[in-house]
Amino acid sequence: MPSSHTTPSTFDRAGLSGEQLVAMLRTMLMQRTLESRGFQLNRQGKIPFASASEGHEAVQAGAAMAFVAGSDILVPYYRDLGLDLGIGLSPYEVLLSLFARAADQSAGRQFPHHYASKRLGLHTISSVIAAQLPHAVGAAYALAYRKESGRAVLVTFGDGATSEGEWHESLNFSAVHRLPIVFLCENNEWAISTPLDRQMGQPDLWRRAAGYGMPGIVVNGMDPVACYVAVRDALDRARSGGGASLIEAKCYRFLSHTTDDDDRTYRSPQEVAQRRKDDPVPRFEESLVAAGILTSAELASLKATILAETNEATDRAEAMAYPKSEEITTNVYAGSHEPWR
Amino acid sequence: MAVMNNVEAVRATLHDALATDDRTLILGEDVGNRGNVFLITKDFINEFGPERIIDTPIAEASIVGIAVGMAMEGLRPIAEIQFADFIYPAFNQIVGEAAKTRYRSNGEYTCPLVIRTPYGGGVRGALSHSVSIEALFYHVPGLKIVAPAFPADVKGLLNTAIDDPDPVLFLEHKKTYRLIKGEVPEGHYTIPLGKANVLKEGSQLTVVSYGLYVHWALEAAQMLNDDGLSVEVIDLRSIRPMDRGTILASVRKTRKLLIVHEDNKFGGIGAEISAMVAEEALFDLDAPIRRHCAPDVPAMGYALPLEEEYLSSPAKMADAMREMVRF
Repeated sequence: MPSSHTTPSTFDRAGLSGEQLVAMLRTMLMQRTLESRGFQLNRQGKIPFASASEGHEAVQAGAAMAFVAGSDILVPYYRDLGLDLGIGLSPYEVLLSLFARAADQSAGRQFPHHYASKRLGLHTISSVIAAQLPHAVGAAYALAYRKESGRAVLVTFGDGATSEGEWHESLNFSAVHRLPIVFLCENNEWAISTPLDRQMGQPDLWRRAAGYGMPGIVVNGMDPVACYVAVRDALDRARSGGGASLIEAKCYRFLSHTTDDDDRTYRSPQEVAQRRKDDPVPRFEESLVAAGILTSAELASLKATILAETNEATDRAEAMAYPKSEEITTNVYAGSHEPWR
Repeated sequence: MAVMNNVEAVRATLHDALATDDRTLILGEDVGNRGNVFLITKDFINEFGPERIIDTPIAEASIVGIAVGMAMEGLRPIAEIQFADFIYPAFNQIVGEAAKTRYRSNGEYTCPLVIRTPYGGGVRGALSHSVSIEALFYHVPGLKIVAPAFPADVKGLLNTAIDDPDPVLFLEHKKTYRLIKGEVPEGHYTIPLGKANVLKEGSQLTVVSYGLYVHWALEAAQMLNDDGLSVEVIDLRSIRPMDRGTILASVRKTRKLLIVHEDNKFGGIGAEISAMVAEEALFDLDAPIRRHCAPDVPAMGYALPLEEEYLSSPAKMADAMREMVRF
């Protein structure tokens, strides 16, 4: 598997500018900081729930860099905080979601990290695994139908989603119609507590693409630049009429599934500690510093800025009001809601 | 006015929608080359092209799910589930996704989608080509459900469903497809959802129904009429939203209510109507509310006696009506 984290002299920037590389690192650091904040707020009893994506930073920052917000369409899943941030969601919006405040985009209705923004091309999702895939296919069909070349859909999901029937249905339909869509699997090896070998008989998900007649690509999901390249190439193929692709980014989930889960009940701390050696965040920091793209002092300053932004966003969001109870019936339908007429 | 059966009314309305709005697409199993198993969309693929008349793989969850994605991105898809019995794999996409799109995104995304499907029995369709599904879905806020009985209502309500900014489940009783004919007004018109139709006025009993059973209830009411008994027959047309005002006005006049539907009794549409009338008009009633519905079995069997036992008939309905009038 290719890795861009060997030595500075072999660091492959894949045409990315220093500014873009730092932006990717910033997204990764922000994701990690905000995620820690979610768990902290939960343990402080300030929010009921937070979910985890530690270990997914590289694939999400890479994918976000390849995505064109305002043109492409992102249909994510709930473990995509970094991808949402990378395409333009703000830390404040994340905190509003965590605190379930009225100013949250969903007005406090959605679980954390289930964002929606037409401005960013970010679709609304449920928590039902793989249910968003057919929506992505329909969105891609709409682009193709309207002959909006140059636009594509990026849909993401975990390894767990690949067991669902709608996963198969979506890849199959996309291949039949050569739709402008990229299926990006963030394979973290765990469907909550169920490991990969209990989910599938053949663990290389990318190989399934051949069965649908589309390109299958595997990439080191701990390498943000490699992930960027894989997603960029697949999105370019989709945007230019080349049809659908399946990318498998092999990453890992370092934390429990959510604040309500305890991963010590199904996997050993030793396993997690072993995999922590692949942690993409410190590795990417080191790569950029070693390559001279960022100084150690600049890195420290970046981290301090991100923490300050997170603190500011936390305080600001916490001070906001909950949604008003009488708003419970708005937006059930267009217009007023009354089952009896 | 042209005389059409229900198949022709669906077909004509879909044709007009496709001809007037290029955001409109039809997707489903065998809707293209075959032109739908009842030939509702026959030759549409030649006229509108395979990009708009999409023969999908046999995959109901994604027929609806793909339509949800199309709707979220500005198209006006009309998804077809070939038989209502096959809709179960799409349950999450209808209930968990389409019905919640507007609510969960607080209006950022919407799902203007029509799901058409033939339902109901009396055609020797057995366990998997004859079910009624309305009760499984009418519990769900965010959805609208329509079940017309007459060709003119099919056109007006399907036009409304297609124009509606939210997901609509459009139920077509398959036994009425070619059995029921009627005059259909020319040109584009709509009928509001949630507006019932008093088909026959009467003074001694209110009968509420929808779909095929509306026609049988009218026959039964006529039998009673011949005996000098006066029954009012209401066609709901729309199941969600439902017309409270028309039902209550009628019940307050006749002081008796019989609900007649093909679906199972337990937890059916009649349960909600009964509860509403009990809440709103209990002391206006001169008799207990009755429901004349299917027995509590999973579906109607293939053998004729099993199908006949499952279904009501004009004669059985007339008996139920007489009992109520005499109470």
